[in-house]
Amino acid sequence: MSATDGTTVKVQRPAAPPRGWSRERIVGWVLVCLWIALGAGLATYLFSAWNPELFAKYAPSYLSGLRVTLVLVAISIVLGAILSVPICYARMSKNRVLNAISYGYVYFFRGTPLLAQTFLIYYGFGSFRPQLEAIGVWGFFREAWYCAVFAFALNTAAYQAEILRGAIESVGKGQWEAASALGLSKLQTLYKIILPQALIVALRPYGNEIILMIKGSAIVAIITVYDLMGETRRAFSRTFDFQTYLWAALLYLSLVETLRHLVDWIERRITRHLHR
Amino acid sequence: MQSAWTLLSFGPDGWGDDLAHGVLVTVSLALVTLPLGLLIGFLVALAKQSGEPSMRLAGNIYTTIFRGLPELLTLFLVFYGAQIGIQQVVRLVRPDAVVEINSFVAGMVALGVVFSSYASEVFLSAFRAIPRGQYEGGYSVGLSPRQTMRLVILPQLVRIALPGLSNLWLILLKDTALVSAVGLTDIVRQSSIAARVTKQAFMFFGVACLIYLALAIISSFGIGAIERWVGKRAAQR
Repeated sequence: MSATDGTTVKVQRPAAPPRGWSRERIVGWVLVCLWIALGAGLATYLFSAWNPELFAKYAPSYLSGLRVTLVLVAISIVLGAILSVPICYARMSKNRVLNAISYGYVYFFRGTPLLAQTFLIYYGFGSFRPQLEAIGVWGFFREAWYCAVFAFALNTAAYQAEILRGAIESVGKGQWEAASALGLSKLQTLYKIILPQALIVALRPYGNEIILMIKGSAIVAIITVYDLMGETRRAFSRTFDFQTYLWAALLYLSLVETLRHLVDWIERRITRHLHR
Repeated sequence: MQSAWTLLSFGPDGWGDDLAHGVLVTVSLALVTLPLGLLIGFLVALAKQSGEPSMRLAGNIYTTIFRGLPELLTLFLVFYGAQIGIQQVVRLVRPDAVVEINSFVAGMVALGVVFSSYASEVFLSAFRAIPRGQYEGGYSVGLSPRQTMRLVILPQLVRIALPGLSNLWLILLKDTALVSAVGLTDIVRQSSIAARVTKQAFMFFGVACLIYLALAIISSFGIGAIERWVGKRAAQR
């Protein structure tokens, strides 16, 4: 305040006005209580419907379903990541033909539902059975599991190619120019300069893509792959007990939340040098 | 064996009319879900940007749950859960009642809550992009909070949120394919039936994919028109 004579004047602030029960606050608490009631209701329902026989019978199959889901997502994410590199290259190249092909690929896989793509591969490729048998890959396309992996890998490759492209383009052009001024080759620039910066940008979209794949992978239950969703559907169709779905929901929710927090943590960790 | 054109025609041998019916179901489901999702999403976003911590908590729980569950599982939870729940209630009055949930309504509700949880995030970031001064300006010219929201904030909010919302619309359009799993005769279901009857699976699912692509292209034209209409220029800074 007036610091002309070198002393500071202590100003007594008035106490903050009491936070009354405004309408907003009441509604907020009502909503929170509603959620609490819902959670408590869910817990009591699961507790009262607790059936050791059911648990002993289906808990192992849920765990194996969870493993199938995780393996399916892991394989397709890795295959998609490998496949996305050439697509991304083609997408960024100045070659018209390459560009058009990769644009068409990405547009097709991002513009159509994953379910329709999976059906197209699982049921659709059956139309070409003689041809596929002739080149000896029918055994691959006969199995729902391989078809699911194939469809998911193609699908996520399109999304990952776009993530990669966005991340690489987010790094300024000056970085390329500076590296070339220092005499680094294109490949060296990419590995040592561009990718370390681009991957920070790409981390969050990649995390989201993995989460989307975990959620999307539930549809393989429709083509008879027994992932978590498939096991759930099987358990429900045998018992008509609604808690089967609730358990699956809890499993999926905790899986996704763990992953989301993990990505948050990694992001905080690798951007430490950017925070002050 | 019939030719592809006969199979896709609208005649008695063709599946064109069935597919067209599927397109109608898909599009109407998406169009009906959109306002529901936008409304809930906007309300949730309002809760999440409120100064009141309990409101924010309630909104965040909503988003966490419905963004974390697979869409297919949400659909089954709504479809079977509502069926069982309503049946329990109805049986208090009439013990022998059997309740069947309309799969269209179940699809609408499930896709609506999923859409709204994503839309609330889009609205929330749009809210954050609007400077405080806009509220203060509204207050200083004597507008009530409600008027400020309607006349000052909303027009800017729509402009900022539009790209995110159009993305969500395209996702919604694709997610409608899931309702085929609860028996609604949408594009995927109709082409499954056609594929089973005619043994031309690749052609019919290929056509289904092309229809979805066409819908996406038509939507992007529509979105472009809407963006021009609300004056995208003003939002670009």
